[in-house]
Amino acid sequence: MSSLSYAAPTSVDDAVKLLAGASGVAKVLSGGTDLLVQLRSGRLKPELIVDTKKIPGIIGIREENGGFVIGAATPGAVVEAHPGLNAAWPGLVEALDLIGSTQVQGRCSLAGNLCNASPAADSVPALFAAGATAVVVGSKGKREVPVEQIPTGPGRTSLAKDEFIVEFRLPPRPARSGDAYLRFIPRTEMDIAVVGCGISVTLDANGVCTAARVALGAVSPTVILVPAAADVLIGHKLDADTLAKLDAAAQAAAKPISDKRGTVEYRTKIAGVLARRTAAIAFDRANGIKNGKAH
Amino acid sequence: MNYIDSSLKVVGTRPIRPDGVDKVTGRAVFAADTRASGMLWGKIKRSPHAHARIVSIDTSKAEALPGVRAVVTSADFPDIASEEAFVGEGPMNFRDLSLNVMARGKALYEGHAIAAVAASTQAIADAALELIDVQYEVLPHVIEVEAAMAPDAPILHDDLFTAGVTPAPTKPSNIAKVVTFKKGDADAGFAEADVIVEGRYTTQPVHQAYIEPHACLVTYAPDGQITIHASSQGHFMIRAYTAKLLGLEMSNIRVNPAEIGGGFGGKTLIYLEPVAVALSRKSGRSVKMQMTREEVFRGSGPTSGATIEVKLGAKKDGTIVAAKQVLKFQAGAFPGSPIGPGCMCGFAMYDLPNVDVVGYDVVSNRPKVAAYRAPGAPITSFGVESAMDELAIKLGMDPLTLREKNAATNGTKTHYGPTHVNIGFTAVLAAVKSHPHWKSPLKEGHGRGLATGFWFNIGGESTATVHVNEDGSIVAATGSPDIGGSRASIGMMVAEVLGVSAQHVRTVVADTASIGYTFVTGGSRVTFATGMAATQAAEKVVDELKRRAAATWDIPVEAVEWKDGMAYPAGSNAGAFEPLDLASLALKQARTGGPINAEVSVNAQGAGAGFGAHICDVSVDKETGHVKIERYTAIQDVGKAIHPSYVEGQIQGGAAQGIGWALNEEYIYNAKGQMENAGFLDYRVPVASDVPMIEAVLVEVPNPRHPFGARGVGEVPIVPPMAAIANAIRSATGLRMPDLPMSPPKVRAAIDAAG
Repeated sequence: MSSLSYAAPTSVDDAVKLLAGASGVAKVLSGGTDLLVQLRSGRLKPELIVDTKKIPGIIGIREENGGFVIGAATPGAVVEAHPGLNAAWPGLVEALDLIGSTQVQGRCSLAGNLCNASPAADSVPALFAAGATAVVVGSKGKREVPVEQIPTGPGRTSLAKDEFIVEFRLPPRPARSGDAYLRFIPRTEMDIAVVGCGISVTLDANGVCTAARVALGAVSPTVILVPAAADVLIGHKLDADTLAKLDAAAQAAAKPISDKRGTVEYRTKIAGVLARRTAAIAFDRANGIKNGKAH
Repeated sequence: MNYIDSSLKVVGTRPIRPDGVDKVTGRAVFAADTRASGMLWGKIKRSPHAHARIVSIDTSKAEALPGVRAVVTSADFPDIASEEAFVGEGPMNFRDLSLNVMARGKALYEGHAIAAVAASTQAIADAALELIDVQYEVLPHVIEVEAAMAPDAPILHDDLFTAGVTPAPTKPSNIAKVVTFKKGDADAGFAEADVIVEGRYTTQPVHQAYIEPHACLVTYAPDGQITIHASSQGHFMIRAYTAKLLGLEMSNIRVNPAEIGGGFGGKTLIYLEPVAVALSRKSGRSVKMQMTREEVFRGSGPTSGATIEVKLGAKKDGTIVAAKQVLKFQAGAFPGSPIGPGCMCGFAMYDLPNVDVVGYDVVSNRPKVAAYRAPGAPITSFGVESAMDELAIKLGMDPLTLREKNAATNGTKTHYGPTHVNIGFTAVLAAVKSHPHWKSPLKEGHGRGLATGFWFNIGGESTATVHVNEDGSIVAATGSPDIGGSRASIGMMVAEVLGVSAQHVRTVVADTASIGYTFVTGGSRVTFATGMAATQAAEKVVDELKRRAAATWDIPVEAVEWKDGMAYPAGSNAGAFEPLDLASLALKQARTGGPINAEVSVNAQGAGAGFGAHICDVSVDKETGHVKIERYTAIQDVGKAIHPSYVEGQIQGGAAQGIGWALNEEYIYNAKGQMENAGFLDYRVPVASDVPMIEAVLVEVPNPRHPFGARGVGEVPIVPPMAAIANAIRSATGLRMPDLPMSPPKVRAAIDAAG
């Protein structure tokens, strides 16, 4: 029978050494809300679990150079309680808040959600839209990479065996910027996105979009950035014509599969619907219109 | 005695529920909470194939694994003969259940039990399962009901010949049974109809989704005495099935009922107990088994999925002159779908001159179906009540008016035989008419649906005892597991008779060795039948208490009156005595004749049928197809609500389960016949935020056959929701959704198809 080792190192170096030295499957634990479920179901049988939560700085939020730095294992509930993040990145905060139940929110983390590499991960489209970067550590040192380069397929990432994320960096927020995330689920909560959409925009004084990032979840093997959809927005106000083009661009980018959670046809249509609805909220927020929670 | 017109002090009030504190503090002992010293863990190896011949099973490697104490297969169970079962709810055969508990020769569905192990830890048991080498010859499988009925369908049972047809067939079939009911002349009725509607509807199998997975702890002692701790809807049912499947005598088996975490009909049969007994017998140790949620989905019974064809013919004034129905019910891997009640319940709400109903009980490679709240009725009613809505639209008539015009009343002869007596359907419809929800204008974009439902309710065999404790407090014991508040209702009825407060009576569920036989908790029978036994036992105790007082006072027993928990002289002629309360009489029991108690067994008859009507408002997101339940009112004739809060809870719970059935619950199979959504993440029961506050309206038309007028209440509320919601969607969008679940992709596709 196989055995399972658990370690909770107190430094990045120790954690990297443990991961590098593991002979079999080693898993990094942030919040563990996916990992423990996979262990319990028997889908995953690692030899080593490296719990990162004891590493100084890996939990917490700070402001640096006009942007925010979020520790990789910071629980969703901590992010949601942060006034600065709520003001600057309400879409990202709401996306993370959608994961699981209140109990799960006490543990679930951005790093876990990203590295679990589910195409349906809720916080990931918002993280992509935000233009966040991940600070990755490993035997070869430290590197900073755009988050969209981390997931490479369902359950797969670009991280080496001895690498893990220590923090996320969000860029400084220009004036008249707003973001939003919406997902579609058959129920009202406690469910997996059939489609998710994250959008971040910056507007000029006339309400014309000057910068945009659009990301879609659950319509491709990974969460995807959709530059064509962003291009539709840039240079325009959110009028009917722009919304129609955004809908079409989102549908064109969607390459979903049919599975127990939705069909190709349905997911494609919903990608368009959600892109329009998410953009409307992001534009409102950039225009200073407070519309409460997006979901 | 009958208390229907008495002024009641306890019955009809809302005391704190007796099981509440234990449940909310986590102290309640469910089946999985029990342990024994030296206990082993039992686990089941299940078929990965939907249909396969079991060529061989090699258990030697599993047996050799350190920590493994026993491995069993069908070879450890007697190969019992086909025999109609006398226990449980709905049609059952002991041989079928034996084959369902442990496959013999063939695996008939993915998840079918093939072998079982008992080991010192769960991890060792899991590892041992992997070491059991089963060679299968995979056979073609069939999942859907109409595919299973096709002439070229893979046959599940070579010895299954369709019953109910003449001449008797000579070729085996997946159609186990054909059921027919006829009243009048349906063809002649349709010939005189001004308006005819026809529709074909489908429903998906849905799981009872009790939150507590099946679990048991079993000890087979060296002297052959067996003790079982398990949660179920009937510990006598567990005893009988276990005895039959293992060829044991019932007196050697004692079943202790654990607290039950939901059953809804799904715990009126067994899966684990005979396996655990076999493992315990072989290992000489106590064996604990508990299913995972995945096993609950793959291995235990949902209710049937079905196709329902309905045809209704009416005169221009709305009088229905003919009704026809063809029902095809999935039974799962063994015969026994609720096709009988399915054929009876659909039209039971209406007074119809000409009716023609045909039903098919069909096996396919799915888990064997189990009872689920009003088995069969929600399925058939989804079709009939959708068709009634279509008929109202075609007639240009209000859907309530159409139902009022055709409503069954006392004296209506049903198409399946009996004549309705003491029913309250017209009172229910009157309550709909006067309810603020029905009278309120529809909000912009909303749609409103109405649907009704019927369930027989049953009585049957129950035993209850009432004991006066030495201090005058009371214990009431019954053989009925409490799945819906029966400890409260039984205690309250006993308290009412004895003239004491509800808190004065402690109600317990006694084990199989401690009380007389009691049929399962099912059919909404317990408050009716077990309540009747308990009431009669309390009355006997009152009689005895009066005798003790008479003896104390040395006056005739007729001169003693029992009031408010005390014996009084019946008048000035009887003598001037201070009243004797329960405590005083109990204190002196040794000197007046010994312990004071009574046991009553009944076979209760006259369970009053139940009728309900649900009003539902929905909004539909036309871009996503998402349906939101905006307002929901459930009106029901409950006879007499013994504890109204529990009754309201039953109605709300039934409606909530119906909302899940209507909108999202379904079994998703892959091409190999394997279930793809065996968990609560993708088998979508409603979460709390999916369900609005459900207003339960209690109509009380007393059932004169029960001492307090009670009717069963737990099943009727799951009958109307699916059609109520479909009719509301029709009202909101103009679209008829004939196929369950009415999930977002289906609703969006219907909207797109309509252009």
